[in-house]
Amino acid sequence: MATRLKEVDVVIVGLGWTGGILAKELAEAGLKVVALERGGLRLPQSDFTVPQVRDEIRYVIRHDLMMDTQKDTLTIRNNVSQEALPMRRLGSFLPGDTVGGSGVHWSGHTWRWTDMEFKVRSRYEERYGKKYLPEDMTIQDWGITYDELEPYYEKFERVAAVSGKAGNLRGKIVPGGNPFEAPRANEYPLPPLTPLLAQEMFREAAAANGYHPFPRPSANASRPYTNPDGAKYGACQYCGHCQRFGCEANAKGSALISVIPIAMRNPNFELRTHAWATKVLKDPGAKRVTGVAYTNVLNGDEFEQPASIVLLCAYAINNVHLMLLSGIGEAYDPVTQKGVIGKNYCYQTGASATLFFEGKHFNPFMNAGGSSTTIDDFNANWQFDRSKHGYVGGFIVAGAFNTSLPIGYRPVPAGTPAWGTEWKAATAKWYDTAMQINMSGSVMANRYNYFDLDPTYRNAFGLPLMRMTFDYKPNEHRIGEHAAQVINDLAKSMKPTHLNPAVARTGPWTVVPYQSTHNTGGTIMGTDPRTSAVNKYLQSWDAHNLFVVGANVFPHNSTYNPTGPVGALAYWTADAIKNKYVKNPGLLV
Amino acid sequence: MKEDAFDRRAFLKSAVAGGAAAAAGTLPKSAEAQGTAPTKTPAQESPPPTYSFLNPDEAAFIEALVDHMVPADQYSPKGTDLGLNLYIDRALASGWGKGDRTYMQGPWRPGVPSQGYQLPLTPAALYRSGIAAANAACAKTYGRRFDKLDPAQREEFMQGMRSGKVVFEGGPPSRAFFATVYQNVMEGMFGDPMYGGNRGKAGWKMIGFPGVIAVHYQNVEKFRGKKYSVEPVSISDMS
Ligand SMILES: Cc1cc2nc3c(=O)[nH]c(=O)nc-3n(C[C@H](O)[C@H](O)[C@H](O)COP(=O)(O)OP(=O)(O)OC[C@H]3O[C@@H](n4cnc5c(N)ncnc54)[C@H](O)[C@@H]3O)c2cc1C
Repeated sequence: MATRLKEVDVVIVGLGWTGGILAKELAEAGLKVVALERGGLRLPQSDFTVPQVRDEIRYVIRHDLMMDTQKDTLTIRNNVSQEALPMRRLGSFLPGDTVGGSGVHWSGHTWRWTDMEFKVRSRYEERYGKKYLPEDMTIQDWGITYDELEPYYEKFERVAAVSGKAGNLRGKIVPGGNPFEAPRANEYPLPPLTPLLAQEMFREAAAANGYHPFPRPSANASRPYTNPDGAKYGACQYCGHCQRFGCEANAKGSALISVIPIAMRNPNFELRTHAWATKVLKDPGAKRVTGVAYTNVLNGDEFEQPASIVLLCAYAINNVHLMLLSGIGEAYDPVTQKGVIGKNYCYQTGASATLFFEGKHFNPFMNAGGSSTTIDDFNANWQFDRSKHGYVGGFIVAGAFNTSLPIGYRPVPAGTPAWGTEWKAATAKWYDTAMQINMSGSVMANRYNYFDLDPTYRNAFGLPLMRMTFDYKPNEHRIGEHAAQVINDLAKSMKPTHLNPAVARTGPWTVVPYQSTHNTGGTIMGTDPRTSAVNKYLQSWDAHNLFVVGANVFPHNSTYNPTGPVGALAYWTADAIKNKYVKNPGLLV
Repeated sequence: MKEDAFDRRAFLKSAVAGGAAAAAGTLPKSAEAQGTAPTKTPAQESPPPTYSFLNPDEAAFIEALVDHMVPADQYSPKGTDLGLNLYIDRALASGWGKGDRTYMQGPWRPGVPSQGYQLPLTPAALYRSGIAAANAACAKTYGRRFDKLDPAQREEFMQGMRSGKVVFEGGPPSRAFFATVYQNVMEGMFGDPMYGGNRGKAGWKMIGFPGVIAVHYQNVEKFRGKKYSVEPVSISDMS
């Protein structure tokens, strides 16, 4: 029997980026907040110290900071005619499993998504006509605007110590930044990171080809910094161990060193670690939830935590899983296209070329998570005519290094043997003398890409695993083909000694190797309860005291990394709860 | 030489362990012809004291494989001198080898490649069955187990596992086995020496990876486009 605990104002499931932001904001607003976090607490001063933290086997290969598929995982299939099988080991995406969440071991690339995404259907229909959009492409407008989010983007960038260069200040194009970005009220809190040779070479080539290169904005502090809440960041050391590692220099934007310690000092806040939420409890009579059921994973004890407000902040895929397990809202059915929970799961696509330059030295072990010079000419640039290539969405291209450690990164020209002296000779020769150009491409929602509960497989709590049905569609293949061509043309213009060209992905999406932890959708936001799970304040249409926070609310996926809008929406939701909901509980729209 | 080349007992054992139940009846000619008891003394066969998972036959397989993949040359000492065999042994004896962080519940289905690893085997069990099946397959094709093959045969056999052309009768797919072994060899060669491999940081020296000290706030500009040569530093060097 679960022990029923004393009611609190707010219970938060998951204490990563979004949970941390909401915990701090709501505790400061005077609400009694409890956070349930399935993982433990690891602190930079004890757990991310040199030399132990510089361990590729522990953190990259054996996933020390990441979710444990022995306890919970998903089943995977590419289409509805396949039998889904469990993702038995981590691969394509690596969500976090400790206080701070994925935001402990992310890279920090921080973008502002624009109205091109938020008004995706109306913009494409207006420009290219209704017929341009394939029938099974279930993209829809988000019901929010860039102007509404702009101050919240700024807030998140300041909290997370984002280094970058504005390209559009209040409508004025500023040299050095991204000319295609939406207008910003203010500069980035920190200047850009120091560029690497690969970035400089890419910048020159991109400019010579008529593109508009700029330093990618990243939550890697380019110099020591104190954020507006008083959290202190050190300067990034370009240590080459960013993605998948905790930061020893406290230079990477993270809830663990910013919002979470501030919340923890507040007497209104209580953190319970090793507390695994299994269900959101519903009030059968009313359109509200009553709390959260959870298990202490250290001893198996079960609890019910009643609360006036429930916030799901457990990372995109886990939020959707909890909604399905709790039976809140109608589960989506791709055949009838009825229901909303599980709908519009999206991912991203990618490709890269490796350029070998005899005699150059790239020092692949010296870089920040955000060491990336990027072009946005095929994404945020709305002038770019997609109809020539026949797709919706786009891609960004970059010359970059990020965590190029030697087990995972050993470039050799195609055709090199996989072992033996010849392999060693090539590995030794090219490790320091190669660079990459990569792209990240958007994925538009499709009727048949979705989540539901698996009929067969169960997790360590005896609950059904969530089933992911996903594949790239012709739209994404076309993006990949165009992007590969752009990359290869750029690469050739740089005259490398050898080139391993970029190849567009045309085969099925696979669960290995790592691609990105940019899973989106499943409980999407919108203006109509028939086609969305939450409203613009991330409030459930089916339970007004339940807010579902994270990239799970994105109706489709952009080419950009997700955490800029994830963080901004967390602040936006915090304001809506503090200033509107608490005063007058009920649907805000 | 001929007698030395094939250990009948070990072969039969591996064949059965690999699930090839009919192996005893399909002994290759060369093996049958040889017939007599092995001439190796037990002392020669006893395991090096440092192995905690691999049995002597398995150790012989891994030693032969890592020395073939990483031969001694101007770039580095050979695989066993780098401790790659030891890295693998320790990994298999550790939580990782025993299936930590792996969802191990059935039902088990082969699935399609895009669904990733679907074998009902922990890494340790994959090695155990994979090595036995590989030795059985070698015996069938070459009349001797893997560690007794000559370099050209080893090369051919490894390429066959890599492409999946070699069939492990009743065992795990050769390709899945080899992919795991290959990945582990790379981990042993380029991971921190505290895990048993990369002895003397020879893997890092070979490519110029500086190891764990990485305070490059100034270096990133100072060494832009220039060679950065330092003696690599490992975790234990600093502990
Ligand atoms: C390797 C890597 C690189 C990345 N790089 C970038 C990047 O460069 N730019 C970018 O924008 N994004 C990046 N991301 C993604 C980014 O980390 C996430 O978008 C962000 O952390 C999401 O915040 P969140 O609060 O939704 O989830 P998280 O920060 O993951 O926090 C969720 C928390 O919920 C906990 N939890 C889950 N389930 C339960 C449960 N049932 N009960 C209790 N607690 C639970 C988890 O343990 C976790 O602590 C990267 C991610 C990874 C893994």
